[in-house]
Amino acid sequence: MSKWFFPASVACALMFAVSPILIANAPFESTMGLVQKISYYHMPSAWIFLIAAVVCGVASVRYLFGGGARHDRVAWAAAELVVLFGAMALVTGPLWARKAWGVWWQWDVRLTASLMGWMVAVAYILVRKYGGPGSDKLGAGLALFGMANVPFVYVSVNYWRTIHPKTTVVPTLPLSMGIPFWFSFAAFLLLFILLLRMRVRLEEQRAELDAVYLSLE
Amino acid sequence: MSFLRVSWLVFRKDLTVEVRSFEILATSIFFAVSAVLFFAVAFVQEGRALDGAAPGILWIAVAFAGTLALGRTFERERQAETLQALLLAPADRPAIYVGKLLGIVTLLVTTEVVLLPLIAYLFQAPLFARAGWLAAVLLAGTVGYCAVGTLFAAMLVRVRSRDVLLPVLLYPITIPVIIAGVRATSVLLEPELDVAMIRFWLSLMAAYDVVFITLALWSFEPLMTE
Repeated sequence: MSKWFFPASVACALMFAVSPILIANAPFESTMGLVQKISYYHMPSAWIFLIAAVVCGVASVRYLFGGGARHDRVAWAAAELVVLFGAMALVTGPLWARKAWGVWWQWDVRLTASLMGWMVAVAYILVRKYGGPGSDKLGAGLALFGMANVPFVYVSVNYWRTIHPKTTVVPTLPLSMGIPFWFSFAAFLLLFILLLRMRVRLEEQRAELDAVYLSLE
Repeated sequence: MSFLRVSWLVFRKDLTVEVRSFEILATSIFFAVSAVLFFAVAFVQEGRALDGAAPGILWIAVAFAGTLALGRTFERERQAETLQALLLAPADRPAIYVGKLLGIVTLLVTTEVVLLPLIAYLFQAPLFARAGWLAAVLLAGTVGYCAVGTLFAAMLVRVRSRDVLLPVLLYPITIPVIIAGVRATSVLLEPELDVAMIRFWLSLMAAYDVVFITLALWSFEPLMTE
């Protein structure tokens, strides 16, 4: 592992330990009260979910257009993280929605597109695991569609009538709410980078092991 | 040869092969009709259909029949080992894709033409009251669905468990198109026509169609290269 990995992991653990304190001390939102605090974890996990989908898509494009196996490994690692962070966003969202909208789920454009993006990542993993030879390109093609969905998720709330809060919420946060929000986002981003690095390294070692086996035969 | 000419030739070839046997069309229509009959048995009780069931059943039948047709079209090419020849031809790969896409859209639209009166009759749904709008909705949805399906069915030809994987790949990506199709069709069945809502769902489907076709045209070449 690289030298920065261990200190960064410690920093990430500390940040996740501190973030609940910051969130608890943030002021209550005027209309929603306590339940709004879910958004300090919901929004960062949703953003990382989208970032991971973009990482997966970009790596897949580079792999498809002549890039090496390195890009493919990044794509696979990122797809698993799309599932992980997407699950966080898709669980925390309904918890908030139950209080704010009175329903767990609403088939509006952003929610539907997010669910679709998450399912594409699950399909990606299924294809890679069970597809056999040739599934690497198949997965790359799938990841492309997953990435195309990302801007859709992001802008959907501004273009179509929906009850999901708009993208203008974050830039207009008051400082007292902005600090805990950006702090949690930094923690989630760091966690994402660490997990991605770890997962890619695992694949690299697998590939090396395969190469060793092949050279022994 | 120009792009359109290649697409036209591939489309005509598929159509000719299909007209000689009617294999895909007959099996897809039979499958879709039996699916609709199953739904009718389940959801129509004492002559009254469940509210709002018709649009969902229409689109489910289209999606299932589509999966079947997509798989068969490329399976046929694989068995005859003609896909290799098609890809070796000195023609633009995207043009071959467009030709295949046109063929599958034609097949599915024909299936829909058979399904519509059946669903309208069994579920007492006034599907033909706004036929123009319905045609636009069905076409937009079918094109979006087939745009993704053609790409993945073509890629899956070389993969071991292709029959299982086609729905796994296709359904998550096309969920938005199918949902928009179901919603738009239900709007058309309302007594009062809400043009704004129809426009909304149609624009959503059109947006997905454009994205899907662009991506497929762009990635068909590298994806089909060994």
